[in-house]
Amino acid sequence: MAIELKMPALSPTMEEGTLAKWLVKEGDTVSSGDILAEIETDKATMEFEAVDEGTISKILIAEGTDNVKVGAVIALIAGEGEDASAAEAAPAPAPTPAPKPEAKAPTENVQIVPETPKRAEVSDPAIPEGTEMVPTTVREALRDAMAEEMRRDDRVFVMGEEVAEYQGAYKVTQGLLEEFGPRRVIDTPITEYGFAGIGAGAAMGGLRPVIEFMTFNFAMQAIDHIINSAAKTNYMSGGQMRCPVVFRGPNGAASRVGAQHSQNFGPWYANVPGLIVIAPYDSADAKGLLKAAIRTEDPVVFLENELVYGRTFDVPKLEDHVLPIGKARIMREGSDVTIVSYSIGVGVALEAAEKLAAEGIDAEVVDLRTLRPLDTATVLESLKKTNRMVVVEEGWPVCSIASEICAVAMEQGFDDLDAPVLRVTNEDVPLPYAANLEKLALVDSARVIAAVKKVTYKG
Amino acid sequence: MALIHQRERFSVLVKTPAAKPVRKPPAKASSKAPVLPEEGSNHPRPRNPERYEASQEELLHFYKEMLLIRRFEERAGQLYGLGLIGGFCHLYIGQEAVAVGLQSALEPGKDSVITGYRDHGHMLAYGIDPKIIMAELTGRGAGISRGKGGSMHMFSTEHKFYGGHGIVGAQVPLGAGLAFGHKYSEDGGVCMAYFGDGAANQGQVYESFNMAALWKLPIIFVIENNGYAMGTKVARSSAETEFYRRGDSFRIPGMQVNGMDVLEVRGAAEAALEYVRGGNGPLLMELKTYRYRGHSMSDPAKYRSREEVQNVKEKSDPIEAAKAELIKMGVSEDAMKAIDKEIRTIVSEAADFAETSPEPDPSELYTDVLVEQY
Repeated sequence: MAIELKMPALSPTMEEGTLAKWLVKEGDTVSSGDILAEIETDKATMEFEAVDEGTISKILIAEGTDNVKVGAVIALIAGEGEDASAAEAAPAPAPTPAPKPEAKAPTENVQIVPETPKRAEVSDPAIPEGTEMVPTTVREALRDAMAEEMRRDDRVFVMGEEVAEYQGAYKVTQGLLEEFGPRRVIDTPITEYGFAGIGAGAAMGGLRPVIEFMTFNFAMQAIDHIINSAAKTNYMSGGQMRCPVVFRGPNGAASRVGAQHSQNFGPWYANVPGLIVIAPYDSADAKGLLKAAIRTEDPVVFLENELVYGRTFDVPKLEDHVLPIGKARIMREGSDVTIVSYSIGVGVALEAAEKLAAEGIDAEVVDLRTLRPLDTATVLESLKKTNRMVVVEEGWPVCSIASEICAVAMEQGFDDLDAPVLRVTNEDVPLPYAANLEKLALVDSARVIAAVKKVTYKG
Repeated sequence: MALIHQRERFSVLVKTPAAKPVRKPPAKASSKAPVLPEEGSNHPRPRNPERYEASQEELLHFYKEMLLIRRFEERAGQLYGLGLIGGFCHLYIGQEAVAVGLQSALEPGKDSVITGYRDHGHMLAYGIDPKIIMAELTGRGAGISRGKGGSMHMFSTEHKFYGGHGIVGAQVPLGAGLAFGHKYSEDGGVCMAYFGDGAANQGQVYESFNMAALWKLPIIFVIENNGYAMGTKVARSSAETEFYRRGDSFRIPGMQVNGMDVLEVRGAAEAALEYVRGGNGPLLMELKTYRYRGHSMSDPAKYRSREEVQNVKEKSDPIEAAKAELIKMGVSEDAMKAIDKEIRTIVSEAADFAETSPEPDPSELYTDVLVEQY
C-alpha cells in the first residue's frame, strides 16, 4: 500500500505554495520525524516531516515547482515490506469535500432572513383587582427582588464590591447579609475582571449568581467575561453549557461624576447575540424584571440607573411579581406621536408628554424595558397608530438603541411613517464635569418637545 | 499494482535555522519536585509528592491514553493540512503526560476541569469518544459542540469538563467560579484549572489567585509550562520563570513537577488533591513540559532550534519513557505493537467519521443563541 504525500496547507488561508527543495530522493528510506522537503509560502518556509516509515517510491513534483495546490500528491511512500517499485501514481485526488446537507447552505443564500423563533404572545400578568399598591423606591424594589429569589432558590447568591457589610455602595443590597449570611452575600476585592469571571464560572457550574458592578463603567474591565464567556457559551457548546448569570448595577450618567463614570452601555451589550439586556425604569418593572432575570437560563445584563434609585413608584403587593423579558410597556397612551425610550429616558419622555398634552399634542410613551431582545412589535404597533415617532435615549447618538429603533421603523414600518423618526439623545461628547456643560450634554424634556413638534409639523 | 491510500502522511515542522549549540531542554525538571512554602514555615503546605507506583495495568492504561492523544493530534495536523480543519488548531503533542497524569487522579463526576484552547488532549483523557471530538474539529453536525465551537470551544458537562476557552487566561477566573460552586454546594469537588506559561502573565490570573486564596476555594491552578508563550520564550516574557512561585504573594503553595513523566504527574496530583480536599484552599502546580509543534498550525516555530525540539523528543518523550518502563515490566514488544495498531485504528475511524459525517444543518445557525424564548 503506497502512502500518498500531499501538499500541506500551513495556514488557514494557504491555497498553494512552492515546493522549494526535496531533502530525500527516490529509493531513500525514511522514518518518522525525517524532513522530506522544504515548502515556501509568502509568509514562511516550513519543513515537511514524515510521519510513517517507508521508502520514497516516487517523487511526483520536482523541486523548485511554484504554485503547487494544497492537497496535490507530491510523492509516494511504500510502506514497510512493500515493493517500492510497484507503487504507481494515481490521479491526484482533491481533499475529500465535506458532504453538504440537502438544504441550501446559508452562505449560498443572499436573501437570508433570520428565522427568529416565533415568540408566544406574552403580556404582563394581570394584577387582580383590589391588589394593594405599595409605594416603593427602585432601590428597595431591586433589593426585594433579590431577597425573594434568594428565599426561593438556594443557588442564587449576590457577589460584588461592598454588597455585604457595607450594605451596597448605593444601598441596593441593604439587609441581604443579615438575612442570608456571608455564604450568599459576598464582598469581593476591587477586581471586576476576576469576579465577573468567577460569577460566569459559577453559573456554568450550575449556580445562579447575581454579580453587582458598583457601576457599569467598571464593568468595562470585565466585559470580556460578559461577552466572551457568558454570552457565547451556549452557542459555542451547541447548547450543552449554559451560563445563567445576572450582571447588574447602575448605568448611565449620574450627577457630575465626569466622563469616566458617566456612560450608557445599553447599546454595547444590546449588540451581542446571546445576551439578554434589561433596562427598567420604575419600581414595579425593576422588581418584576430582576426576578425574571435571575430565573432565566440565559445570561442577563441588567442596567439600573443611579438617579432613579431613590424615586418612588407603586409596586403591586403580590406573592410573586415576575414580568416577561422582551416585552415593552405602554406607559402612557396617546394618538399623535409615539415617544420610545428606556431607563431614565422614560421619565424625560413622560415629562415631555405631560407638557405636550397641555399644548394639545397627545403623545404615547413606550418603555422598551428590554433592549435585547427588542420588542419591535409593540413599537411598530404604536407607530401604526400615531404615524410619528421620537426616540429618547440618555446616551450617545451614534450606533445607539435610538438608531436601531430608527432602522426598525424604516425597514418594517415605512408605510406607517408620516415623518422621519427623530432621535433625542445626549450630545456626542464625553460627559463634562461643569454643571452647566453637563446639563447641556444630557437629554431633557425641552429637546423631546422640540422633536415631537418637528415630527408632528407643529414646530 | 499496489493499492493507493487516500490518506497522506506528513506533518509540518520548523525550518532549521543555522546550527546552534543544543540548549538544555526546558522540560527536564528535577524528579524531586520543589514545594513551596519551604519546610519550617507555619503556613500549611502539601506533602512532598512521590512518583506514583503504577501497576502494569495502570501504566498500560496511561500509555494508551497518551498514545491516543499523540496519534489523534498527528491526524488532526494532517487533516488541517488537507484543509479539513480550519481556523486555529493547537496541538497537544509533547504535553500528553500532563492531562493524562493529572486527570487520572480526579474523581469522575465530582471534580471539574477547565482549560484554554489547547484542549483536545484533556477531552481525550476523559475517555470522550474521539469521533465526536474530531468531528468538531472538522466542523460537522455530529461534533461535540454540533460543529459550532471548533477546536478551541469544546465542552462535556457530563464529565464536568467546562471547556475549551479561546481567550488567554479567561479559564482561570471561570475555574475559580467552578471551585466557588464546589464550595458553595459542599459537593466535595475540586476544580482543576489549566493554563499556560503565557496565560500566567494575564492580570485576571492574579485577581483569581487573590480571591481563591481569600475564600479558600478548592482549586488547583495548573500551569502547563511548555517553555513558550506563543513564540516568546519564557525568559523573554516572564520576570519570574519559576512559575510555581507565582502564588507566593497570595500564600498559595506551589509545586514544580516534571510534566514529561506521567507517573510523577500522577503522584504530584495526589499530593495536590489531598491538600486541596483538606480545606486548605488553592494550590499551584507548575508542570514543566514541552510542545513539539508550533503554537498553532500556522506557526513555523522559528524561535527555537530544531536541535532543541529533537533533543526533547529523544531524551524526554513521555510516551517513549512509559513504553520503556512497560517493557521493563515485562510487556512484550508484540503487545506494544498491538496497542499501537489498536490506537491507529481508533484514530483512523475518528478521522473517517469526521471527514464523512455531514456539516451542520443550516437551521443550526439560529439554534442555541439563547436557551429560552422571549
